[in-house]
Amino acid sequence: MAVIGTASKTKASGKSLQSRHVSKAYPGWFYAPAAIIYGVLFLLPTLLSFFFSLTRWTLFDWEFIGFDNFLQFFSEPFLIQGTFNTLFFAFFTSGTKVVLGMLLAIWLSGPVFAKGYLRAVIFFPVLVSTVGVGITFKELMQPQDGVINASLSFFGIEGPGWLADPGMALFSVAIVDVWRGVGIATVIYLAGLAAIPQEYTEAALMDGATKLKKFRHITLPLLFPATSTVIILSLIGGLRSFDLIWAMTKGGPGFASDVLASIIFKQYQAGFYGLSTAGNVVLFIVVTAIVYPLNRWLNKREVDY
Amino acid sequence: MKREKLIFTYLSGILGIIVTAVLFVVPFIFIIFTALKTKGEAALLEFSPPTEIRFFENLVEVIQARDFMVITAFINSTILTVSSVAALVILGAMVAFVLQRRMTKFNGLINALILAGLIIPPAVVPTIWVLQGLGLFKTLHGLIFIQIAFGLSFTTLLFRAFIASIPKELDEAAIIDGAGPLKLFFRVIFPLLKSVIFTVIILQSIFIFNDFQNPLYFLPGDENATVQLTLYNFQAQFNTSFNLLYMNILIITIPMLILFLLFNNRIVSGMTAGAVKG
Repeated sequence: MAVIGTASKTKASGKSLQSRHVSKAYPGWFYAPAAIIYGVLFLLPTLLSFFFSLTRWTLFDWEFIGFDNFLQFFSEPFLIQGTFNTLFFAFFTSGTKVVLGMLLAIWLSGPVFAKGYLRAVIFFPVLVSTVGVGITFKELMQPQDGVINASLSFFGIEGPGWLADPGMALFSVAIVDVWRGVGIATVIYLAGLAAIPQEYTEAALMDGATKLKKFRHITLPLLFPATSTVIILSLIGGLRSFDLIWAMTKGGPGFASDVLASIIFKQYQAGFYGLSTAGNVVLFIVVTAIVYPLNRWLNKREVDY
Repeated sequence: MKREKLIFTYLSGILGIIVTAVLFVVPFIFIIFTALKTKGEAALLEFSPPTEIRFFENLVEVIQARDFMVITAFINSTILTVSSVAALVILGAMVAFVLQRRMTKFNGLINALILAGLIIPPAVVPTIWVLQGLGLFKTLHGLIFIQIAFGLSFTTLLFRAFIASIPKELDEAAIIDGAGPLKLFFRVIFPLLKSVIFTVIILQSIFIFNDFQNPLYFLPGDENATVQLTLYNFQAQFNTSFNLLYMNILIITIPMLILFLLFNNRIVSGMTAGAVKG
C-alpha cells in the first residue's frame, strides 16, 4: 500500500519502448511548477530556520547569538514541559485512534443495523471546523455549569475540572482530539478491511478458526498497512497540533497544556522571532527523530506480510 | 443460529445509535440550540431547546458584525479553497505520474523530499520572511501558494499509489498513436484518476477550509479574514453572546456539510482505490 512508503515498490515495467521515447512521454518539466512552489515556500524556509534559530531576529535585522535561543529554550521549565506535553498529546491521541478506529471499522464492516448512518455520524466531526469544535467543548466541559458535569451530577457523579484543572487540561483536549479525528482513522481502516480478500476469512472459518483466532491471524496482519498509515498520519498531526489546543485552552491554565506549536505561536506573537524559530527547530528534531525511523520500521514490516 | 445473528445485527446497531447519539449528536444539537437562543438564555450554557427561537435575528446580527466580516471571510475562504485544491489536484497528479513512470537516479531524492514535506512541520517565521521578500505576505494568493506547498506531499502520495495500478501498456498505446506528453497525461491518464481525485478534493477541501493556523500566521488582519478566523475574532467580541458565537460556528460548517452530503459514499471508495492499496 503505502501511502507513505519511502520508495515506490513497483519498478517501471519492461523496456518495450526506447528510453528517448520514455523521457519524451514523461517529461521532467512536469515536476517544475510543483517543485518551484514547494522549494521556495517550504524547503527554503526550512533550511533558513536552522540559521535564524541561532540569531536574535526582528525580520529586518538579525544578530548572530549562537545557541543562546536553545539554551534559553531548555532552561525555561515551561518550555521543557511543553516538549513533554507534545509527546504525550501525540502518542495518546495516535494510540487511541488506532485502537478505536480499528474496532469501529471492524464493527461497521459487519452486519449492523443502520450502518450507513453510524458511519456518517462518526465521520461527521472531521468536517466541522476544529476551532468550532474547540469552542463548543470548552463550554460543554465547564466545571460548574457545563453540560457534561451537569449530566454527570444527575447520576450522582462529581465530574472533574476538565480544562480548569492543570493536571487534566491537556488530557481533556486530547480526548476531544480523538473524538474529532477518529472518523478519519475509521475510514482508513474500512478501506483496509475492504481490501482483504474474502477467501481468506472464509478459508479460516472453514478450518474451524474461532473469531478471535481469525482476528489475530488474518484481520490484524492484513490490516497492517492501514495501521501504519493511521499511526504515521495521526502522530504527525498530533506532534504539530495547534488549532484545537489554541481554541480550548491557549496552553493554559498557566502553561499546563502548552505544546511546541502553541509555544512557537506565543513567542512569535511576543516578537521573539529567533526564539520562535528555535522552537520550530526543536519541533522539527522531535518530529523527525520519532516519525522517520518509525516509518522505516513500519515499511520494513509491511514487506514481510 | 440465523435468528441469533439477526438479533445481534439489530441490537448492536441500536446500541450504536444510542451511544453515538450521546457522544456525537448531542454536541451538535447543543450548537444548534445555543445558536437559536436569546443572549441571556444562551449564557446559561444549558442543553435545552430554546424557549424563544431567534434564528433570523441572530443570523442577521452575525452577518452584520464588523462590517459584514463573515461575508468577506466566506468569499476569501471559497477562493482560497477552490484555487489551492484545483492546483493541488493538477500539480500533484503531474508529479506523481512522472515519478511513477520514469525511473531516474533522482527518484530517490524526490521521494525523500515528498516524505520530508509530509513529516516536517513548516518553519513559521522564516516562511513569513520569504513571503515578505516576495511581496506575498498578507495576500490571499500568498496563502494559496502556502496551502499548495504544504499540501503537495500528501496529494502526490495518494496519486502515486493509484497511478501504479494503471497499466503502462495504456501509455504505450497512446504514444504509438502519436500523443504528446500533455495529451497523454490530460486525455488518457487524468480521467482514469477520477476516484482518487474525489478523495483528494474532499480531504484537502476539509483541511484547507477548516485550517486556522496558516491563515493566522500568513494572512492576519480583519480585512482579509478567512472563515475560521471569524470565530477567533468574534470570540472576544461575542464573549458574552454565546448565541452569536454558535450561530457563527453553524454558518461556517454548512459548506463542508454540503460537500459531505454530496460525496459521503465516495470517501471510502476513493480511499480504497487510492490510499490503501494492497
